[in-house]
Amino acid sequence: MAEPILKVNELYAGYDGIPVVFGVSLEIMPGELVAIVGANGAGKTTIMRTICGLAHPLRGQIMFAGQDISRLAAHRTLKLGISYVPEGRHIFAKLSVEKNLALGAYAEKSAAEIRRRQEEILAIFPVLRERAGQTAETLSGGEQQMLAIARGLMSRPKLLMLDEMSLGLMPSMVDKMMETVTAVNRTGTTVLLVEQMVQEALEIAHRGYVIQTGKIVQTGVARELLDSEEVRKAYLGM
Amino acid sequence: MALLEVREVTMKFGELVANDRVSFSVEPGAIVGLIGPNGAGKTTLFNCISGLYRPTGGSILFDGKDITGLTPYAIARRGAVRTFQVVRPLKEMTVFDNVLVGAFLNCRDHREAFTRAAECIALCQLEPLQRKPAGELPIGGKKRLEMARALATRPKLLMLDEVMAGLTSTEVKASVEVILKLRESGITLMIVEHVMEGIMPIADKIVVLDGGLKIAEDAPGRIVSDERVIEAYLGAKYSRRFKAREEGAPLG
Repeated sequence: MAEPILKVNELYAGYDGIPVVFGVSLEIMPGELVAIVGANGAGKTTIMRTICGLAHPLRGQIMFAGQDISRLAAHRTLKLGISYVPEGRHIFAKLSVEKNLALGAYAEKSAAEIRRRQEEILAIFPVLRERAGQTAETLSGGEQQMLAIARGLMSRPKLLMLDEMSLGLMPSMVDKMMETVTAVNRTGTTVLLVEQMVQEALEIAHRGYVIQTGKIVQTGVARELLDSEEVRKAYLGM
Repeated sequence: MALLEVREVTMKFGELVANDRVSFSVEPGAIVGLIGPNGAGKTTLFNCISGLYRPTGGSILFDGKDITGLTPYAIARRGAVRTFQVVRPLKEMTVFDNVLVGAFLNCRDHREAFTRAAECIALCQLEPLQRKPAGELPIGGKKRLEMARALATRPKLLMLDEVMAGLTSTEVKASVEVILKLRESGITLMIVEHVMEGIMPIADKIVVLDGGLKIAEDAPGRIVSDERVIEAYLGAKYSRRFKAREEGAPLG
């Protein structure tokens, strides 16, 4: 049987020593698309930040591709193949779409390789090809989010982590974003998705975890979770 | 008569409308929960009620009197007292002395203030920590101190701003117990909370804000199946699916 690419074991994480995540365990198999859903403040972003090394576990362990990455800094986890697209996009507004993409491959020195990756990625994001020369600030909100995802792919991650992609986007754009993520996943990239919009996330995911106040309260096949009472309970408390 | 009446309160920051004609009332002896997604305007509304902001429009009545635009200390003296989400105890002073400061607001002499402080320390389960400098408390302790300090002023209405955030489930349960005890002692409570499993089971009424507007006001049991609330929390698509499932389900 295949080994999980990511294994989070009894993770406690938080800020200034104050935990907001209490004993979370997750496993993601290579090639899977997994969603973590839960209300605001449940600890979803903290889990992602801790996986990629922007924060470190208070307790517990994170294994990636067989290696313990619990104490590694973000630039090291990136080299191992983890890419994190934070909530709020954080694109470089004054730089062109192309330059934004190139910065996603900052760790790669070969210009030819960067160009090759860019070509590959633009094939999944045709709208960005049309806008390659424009500054990022001239893009619509949805296009900016596309750019953030595309930039996240430029490091050729094994695991792409997407944080609240749907935030502030109109429903049709959210659907488009979800289709794009499915396309990215089909190319073989493992995806971990964090979303407040339950239906949208669980429609495209293979499996889901439901998180409530820092704890996993339910996990299973995404489609089945959609009809589970636990999901609504996790958001609304009863 | 309602203890607190919020009437058409609007709070604008430039073009941003953080509260948009919000109205509701809090009956004496009730526990009222104020919930909503991030940025819904909950803390802004608290700030308006407690006098940190002067609302752009509307009025706030407490105990039958208009308190709109009064200073926070004047409002506290009338008996509407709040806690803050980001706790700021007087770090160098002991836990007991922090609570004592609150007690002096409405106690006539030192003896009474000391007795009151000790009561509040006990009620908020701070006895083992009371001699420690407040700055050294763990977060759960700091949150309880924040409650004890407000409680020491002998409020009629205690407004709690996210006292359960960042607590373990055991600590959440402890906070819930303290809140229920406060209600038993005759204090009316209005609670802003993200920890839904903390607030929903104990509230008499829930007021839901989203994008500055009140979208629902009802008993918790009805709030959890309210279409607009589900939409605000879980998204429009999920809300539609939920509705379809509810309607498809056999009655009774």
